[in-house]
Amino acid sequence: MMATVRDSALAGGSAISADEVLDYLEAEAIGILRETAAAFRAPVLMYSIGKDSSVLMHLARKAFHPAPVPFPFLHIDTGWKFREMIEFRDRTARELGLTLIVHTNAEGAAAGVNPFTHGAQEHTRIMKTVALRQALDLGAYDAIIGGARRDEERSRAKERIFSLREPGHRWEPRRQRPELWHSPNTRLTPGQTMRVFPISDWQEIDVWRYIRREGIDVVPLYFAAERPTVARGEQFLMVDDDRLPLQPGEVPQLRRVRFRTLGCYPLTAAMLSDATTLDDLIAEVEQVRLSERAGRLIDGDRESSMESKKVEGYF
Amino acid sequence: MVACGSVDDGKSTLIGRLLVETGSVPLDTLEQARSVRRGGSIIPVGEIDYSLLTDGLEAEREQGITIDVAYRQLELATGRRVIIADAPGHEQYTRNMAVAASRSDVAILLVDATRGAREQTHRHLTVCGLMGVTDIAVAVNKCDAVGWRESVVTDILGHVRATAARLGIPRVTAIPVSALHGDNVTAPSRHLGWYDGPTVLQWLQTWQPTSRPATGTRLPVVAIVRSDGDFRGYSGTLSGSLRVGERIAVLPAGTPATIDRITTFDGDLPEATAGQAITVTLCEEVDVRRGDVLTNTDPSVGPPGRPADRFAADLVWMAEEPLAHGRSYLLVSGPTWVPATVTTIRHRLDVTTGHQTAARTLSVNDIGRVEIATDQPIALDAYQVNRDTGGFLLVDRLTCDTVAAGMTRHALRRAFNVVPHAFRVGRAERSRLNGHAPRVLWLTGLPGSGKSTLANEAETQLHHRGIHTYVLDGDNLRTGLNKDLGFTPEDRAENVRRVGEVARLLLDAGLVVLVALVSPFRSDREAVRARFEPGEFSEIWVDTPLAVCAERDPKGLYRKAASGSLPNMTGVGQDYEPPEHADLILDGSADLSEQVQRLIDHALG
Repeated sequence: MMATVRDSALAGGSAISADEVLDYLEAEAIGILRETAAAFRAPVLMYSIGKDSSVLMHLARKAFHPAPVPFPFLHIDTGWKFREMIEFRDRTARELGLTLIVHTNAEGAAAGVNPFTHGAQEHTRIMKTVALRQALDLGAYDAIIGGARRDEERSRAKERIFSLREPGHRWEPRRQRPELWHSPNTRLTPGQTMRVFPISDWQEIDVWRYIRREGIDVVPLYFAAERPTVARGEQFLMVDDDRLPLQPGEVPQLRRVRFRTLGCYPLTAAMLSDATTLDDLIAEVEQVRLSERAGRLIDGDRESSMESKKVEGYF
Repeated sequence: MVACGSVDDGKSTLIGRLLVETGSVPLDTLEQARSVRRGGSIIPVGEIDYSLLTDGLEAEREQGITIDVAYRQLELATGRRVIIADAPGHEQYTRNMAVAASRSDVAILLVDATRGAREQTHRHLTVCGLMGVTDIAVAVNKCDAVGWRESVVTDILGHVRATAARLGIPRVTAIPVSALHGDNVTAPSRHLGWYDGPTVLQWLQTWQPTSRPATGTRLPVVAIVRSDGDFRGYSGTLSGSLRVGERIAVLPAGTPATIDRITTFDGDLPEATAGQAITVTLCEEVDVRRGDVLTNTDPSVGPPGRPADRFAADLVWMAEEPLAHGRSYLLVSGPTWVPATVTTIRHRLDVTTGHQTAARTLSVNDIGRVEIATDQPIALDAYQVNRDTGGFLLVDRLTCDTVAAGMTRHALRRAFNVVPHAFRVGRAERSRLNGHAPRVLWLTGLPGSGKSTLANEAETQLHHRGIHTYVLDGDNLRTGLNKDLGFTPEDRAENVRRVGEVARLLLDAGLVVLVALVSPFRSDREAVRARFEPGEFSEIWVDTPLAVCAERDPKGLYRKAASGSLPNMTGVGQDYEPPEHADLILDGSADLSEQVQRLIDHALG
């Protein structure tokens, strides 16, 4: 039925190419990155190693060319990321000559906080949300650039591009400033900070098309390969190291899987896939039409879990 | 596209259906909308509750209303991407409507067929018109409930057309729909023999941007890029077009220059077009700062930008605190920030009738025509010509909140008509002749706190020491210069502004100026301070307990206030906002000679 509507409605409109859409999105994001670098005292770009971060990094290099990117990159390392992510992170920073700051919640790590004994929620709170707040306070950053997009989750549809945080990194929906045209109000009172989302208007498919067009390097985990996995319910978890507690009788099996989104390996489900190239992958994203965060185990806890985490300062 | 209308008109259902039937909703989200139900929903489980697809925040779902603008996307079969800005329909959220319409070319305006065009229909049209929306589709919803009668649709369209014509909205059409049953949303209705127009989706699909006359080239400089060697580039997003070798001017100074290179990460370009994020270098070594605007000088590509410092503009007031006439705000247009004052409120617009009424202030969700003066010349364009360089925000200097959105209508006075003349004898020369530095001592505090008494004593002693002084006393000035002002917050702001300007003149004349003025509002005092160089101005808080002031009551004001005949009395009917960073705090209830001495020490220090 969907196909019928699309085909019949094509008559009359003039065609716009995917490249034209990408040109618009790119120019918008570059404008936002430049404004952020110029208007704030100490901006930082949150680098999560995922595809959105890779796109942001590329956009930042474009925005300030031929000068180097004028702000550092910050990675919050929970200690539970896929090994391939960490290798990719260090290699990218080295090759591109970027300033990379890696922060881990030291007390949390010393206390052995992990997703199994503490639960996904508590692990995420201590090793991600609290760690992020520590790192932001440590660097006294006043603008924190992130790769969130409005299409990721319902509560994000109302997120501003320049999103105000009250002292203590609190997000108050009712305190958000009206956003008109391309005139952001970047003034802050003492203690306030700004979260900045340059790729708010992008969709998952745009991210992949842009990666293909610009030849941006991404973590190989996004592409299908034989990986040791266990099946839990309807989801597959990758056994990335020997810290994943196996259930009685559970034996990791090689399955052809890929990841749609990357995070802590015990909290990120893989999907069965044969997509080994960007073209395969884009074809798959166009077809599958499941929301991207479906593979994240923390979001489903509660109807509005993303919004509650955001109020606490989660990205 | 902005979507206007209220929940009751079936807006969520219409938008939800558009998204679902164009394949813009992920399958798991769709599954949720079939299975999850919230209180009040009458849609049976298993069918799609479209409203669940568009309501975003937990707080809103609990209240069952939409309180903010949500952005969603729809991909048309043509490849064109539609960003839907979903604005709530309740009256108190005119500001959100303005936000949603500010980036929109087109609008879908929901009207309930059973209720006809209503007040809110006209309000939505007014905001769309003001914000520059050019195409409106009136989706006449619930047509099934009126038997798909043509007269109902024609009648509504007639009302809307009349208002749209007044507002200068060029293209308006009406589409009969039933969002609930899916008639004419993406699929044509079977009930409409008399209608041969497009479905909502077809209308969107066939939309073409209005061709506008050449608007000239503008490159607002967002960032300055310096790199190895002598690379100095100016980055921004372009309106109009630009090519290498073109003569341009740097505004507001008007310095002429030539484009040397247009650089991007992907290589240099011979020319650039509207919407591109570029970096340019200039052949000449000229002074360019962030917030400056590069403009074309050749009038054949459109009118060159010209700086001015007086503008007529429409404001949508967005803050809970009303507009204070004469108060200094920050005006933001892209990367350009300048202090600005609303000097005149010409009228407030009744958004329902379109009538203009006289107003002394603008409150939250009011729309009005005002005159604005900026401290420095700025190159604003008419909003109808260029949204990005004609739209601006007003920002409160203390809270940093955005208080208004403004649409420049035209410049009132070109800045080059008023050029400050540089005189040969200046402040330094006068100061040398006087033998002391000039200074402004601004005494603020409650009525009866002892400001005038302290100023009087201090002036006497300074005078005996051979220091040239003058006292500006609030009550005395109100008998002459400020005779036309009352005690509302707006009038107080203007009162403080005028006294501040007089103090500046006297400072320039070389005097030590003592100001005794209640000046109860922090932002007004901050605006005055901003007019002085560091070291010239001291804010002195005469901190006397309210009870002591009321007990003294030298002018009988507290007695009058207690009887209710002085509603705006500071400390009783209006708040006094104490200084947060006073340069000196005096205790008006302590020994007078000691406090005077502290004041004098501060003045001479």
